[in-house]
Amino acid sequence: MIETDILIIGAGPCGLFTVFEAGLLKLRCHLVDSLAQPGGQLTEIYPKKPIYDIPGYPEVLAGELVDKLLEQIEPFHPGFTLGERAETIEKMEDGRYKLTTNRGTVHAAPVIAIAGGLGCFEPRKPPIGNITDFEDKGVEYIIKDPELYRDKRVVIAGGGDSALDWTIFLADVAEEVTLVHRRTSFRGALDSVEKVMELNETGKIRLITEAQIVGLNGNGSLHEVVIKHKTAGEMNKETDHFVPLFGLAPKLGPIADWGLNIDKNAIEVDTFDYSTNVEGIYAIGDINTYPGKLKLILCGFHEATLMVQSAFKRIYPDKKLSFKYTTVNGVQGFDN
Amino acid sequence: MSDTIKITVIDREGVSHELEAPTDMNMNLMEVCKSYELPVKGTCGGMALCSTCHCYVQTEHELPEMSEDEEDMLDQAFFVDDETSRLGCQLPINLELDGLVVKLAPESE
Ligand SMILES: Cc1cc2nc3c(=O)[nH]c(=O)nc-3n(C[C@H](O)[C@H](O)[C@H](O)COP(=O)(O)OP(=O)(O)OC[C@H]3O[C@@H](n4cnc5c(N)ncnc54)[C@H](O)[C@@H]3O)c2cc1C
Repeated sequence: MIETDILIIGAGPCGLFTVFEAGLLKLRCHLVDSLAQPGGQLTEIYPKKPIYDIPGYPEVLAGELVDKLLEQIEPFHPGFTLGERAETIEKMEDGRYKLTTNRGTVHAAPVIAIAGGLGCFEPRKPPIGNITDFEDKGVEYIIKDPELYRDKRVVIAGGGDSALDWTIFLADVAEEVTLVHRRTSFRGALDSVEKVMELNETGKIRLITEAQIVGLNGNGSLHEVVIKHKTAGEMNKETDHFVPLFGLAPKLGPIADWGLNIDKNAIEVDTFDYSTNVEGIYAIGDINTYPGKLKLILCGFHEATLMVQSAFKRIYPDKKLSFKYTTVNGVQGFDN
Repeated sequence: MSDTIKITVIDREGVSHELEAPTDMNMNLMEVCKSYELPVKGTCGGMALCSTCHCYVQTEHELPEMSEDEEDMLDQAFFVDDETSRLGCQLPINLELDGLVVKLAPESE
């Protein structure tokens, strides 16, 4: 079991900055995020876009801001559980909360800070009626272990970098790779596009453009996909696997079932300390709502700062807390 | 008023909404929909980086050409119609769009 003072759900900018403000009060933090890397929307949606409204930075790339935040919180040695979705929260007998992820990792903390942004980033599922019937029975939205495809027939759909990269990679692993894409042009990196074209010409893969997968057939497990071509109509193709790669989109997910007051996909909080209706559970950043809320990084930083003051009082009801500027003592990190 | 135009947005339930959109506020169609509280998320704020404002243009208005970003994003979207699909955030409101009719595309999971 992973134990900490403040368990932060979401490693976006607001979750990350919480570690710093908590650290100044000598509180330890651990972050859980369904993405494989920290940074939330900044890393996942717009790492290369400049942001202009971070105080003191006339211009900063989103990815750079995340790097800087990680550097800033490093002295406080935050723990990370990445690539796992926070699934359930239970109150334990000692008053702390127990949080379990979808992979069964268990965490315990007296305070939970939900910094879940727009929700967990999850793969987008193409609208094929029975697709959920074949999940893990031939349909995978993420390639976790390429060995699964060794000597198998694979159909990949999509036109971005991940579709191209996996097509190239699996060309050497799978028995047969077919890439299906809606248009004739690809948006991925130029050399990947060229490589895929070359593999197609040499017969190592099969590329079908101006086409989409519109149906899946099988009995218990996937047996064939139905490919619809813009002009040539529908055809069936036998396959062992279908891997649709259409990027990720945020979904509120399990947070909706934790007994919190929710309004339009956001958690209602008291702006005094960003507490929710459940004692010991706070919500900061894009995931919360209150009169006048703005979904801005700057506002989330402010929320995090006030929130940890209240968290401190919950964890140490009898301890006095004195307010200090960082300029007075500098940043005193943890030794381990 | 001469600097507002009329736009019709058909929502996902098939209900038509007549909207008045100012042409002098530097707005795009996604923002107009949001200001009327229509169910358009606009997650990325209007940079063609998500596809939550995907819609089908039902009229023959002359529209700005699709940028590469918009084409790329529509690649990741579902229920795309090659002839009519656009991202609302890439359609700036100007006088030429008066009378535009769009239908919101289904939300993808
Ligand atoms: C294209 C774009 C441009 C933007 N430009 C600006 C700008 O210029 N200035 C500005 O201030 N803001 C901007 N924003 C908004 C800004 O990115 C958000 O306000 C900010 O990301 C919110 O941070 P956060 O930490 O609250 O959440 P997020 O960044 O959304 O991070 C939340 C994290 O929580 C994770 N998560 C959620 N639920 C779970 C769960 N159950 N289990 C595990 N993990 C979970 C998610 O995977 C995600 O990584 C922009 C946003 C976009 C999309």
